[in-house]
Amino acid sequence: MQRKARTLVGFSAGVLAGTLLYRRGTRGRRERVDLYFDDGSMVSLAEGQQVTETLLPIARRILAAARNGR
Amino acid sequence: MDAAQALADLQEISSQIQAAVVFDEEATVVASTVADEARSRELVGAAVELLSAASASAPGEAQLVQLEASTGEGSVFVVRDAGRRLVATTGPEPTVGLVFYDLKSCLRALDTEPAKRPRKRKTAAAKKAPTKEAGDAT
Repeated sequence: MQRKARTLVGFSAGVLAGTLLYRRGTRGRRERVDLYFDDGSMVSLAEGQQVTETLLPIARRILAAARNGR
Repeated sequence: MDAAQALADLQEISSQIQAAVVFDEEATVVASTVADEARSRELVGAAVELLSAASASAPGEAQLVQLEASTGEGSVFVVRDAGRRLVATTGPEPTVGLVFYDLKSCLRALDTEPAKRPRKRKTAAAKKAPTKEAGDAT
C-alpha cells in the first residue's frame, strides 16, 4: 500500500515537473513577423495583431511546401 | 555567378537554411534547392503573397527590403535586392542576423561575373619563333 502511494506521488511529481519545464521552454517561442525597410526602420509584429494573423498562415504554407518538396 | 551555384554555396555555408528559392519580379523561379518544381512555384507564389501583404503594412513610403516570419515550426525569410528576391526556410529560432547576411550575400553574388580563366601569355621567344605550317618544305 505504501509502495503504491509512493509510486503515485512520484509519477504525479514527474508529470508536474515535465509540464513546468515544457511551458518554460515554449514561453520564448512566440510567433511574430519582423519587417525591415529601406530607410533602416524595422517593425516587429507580435502574434494576435490583425496583420500578423494574415501573414503567419502564409508563412506556415511556405514551411509546409518546403518540407514536402524535399 | 550562376544562380544554382550561388544557392549551392549558400547551403554549404549556412547549415540553418533548409530550403531556398531565387525568383524575379514576375515570380519566375530562377533557381531552387527544392527538388520538386511544382513545390518551388508554390513556395514562390506564397512568398509573393507574403511580401505584398507585409508591404501593405509599411509605415509611410518606406520600401520593404526583407522580412522574417517566425512560427513554432520554423522561420521564413524573404529578401529583396534590385530585381531579385530570395525566400528561405529554417528551423525554429534561427540566428536571424546571420541568416539575413548569408541570404543577402547570395543575392549579391548573383550580380558578380564568373571568374575569368587567366589567358596563357606567350613569351617573347614564342612570339618570334615562326610556326611550321603543313606542306612547308623542311
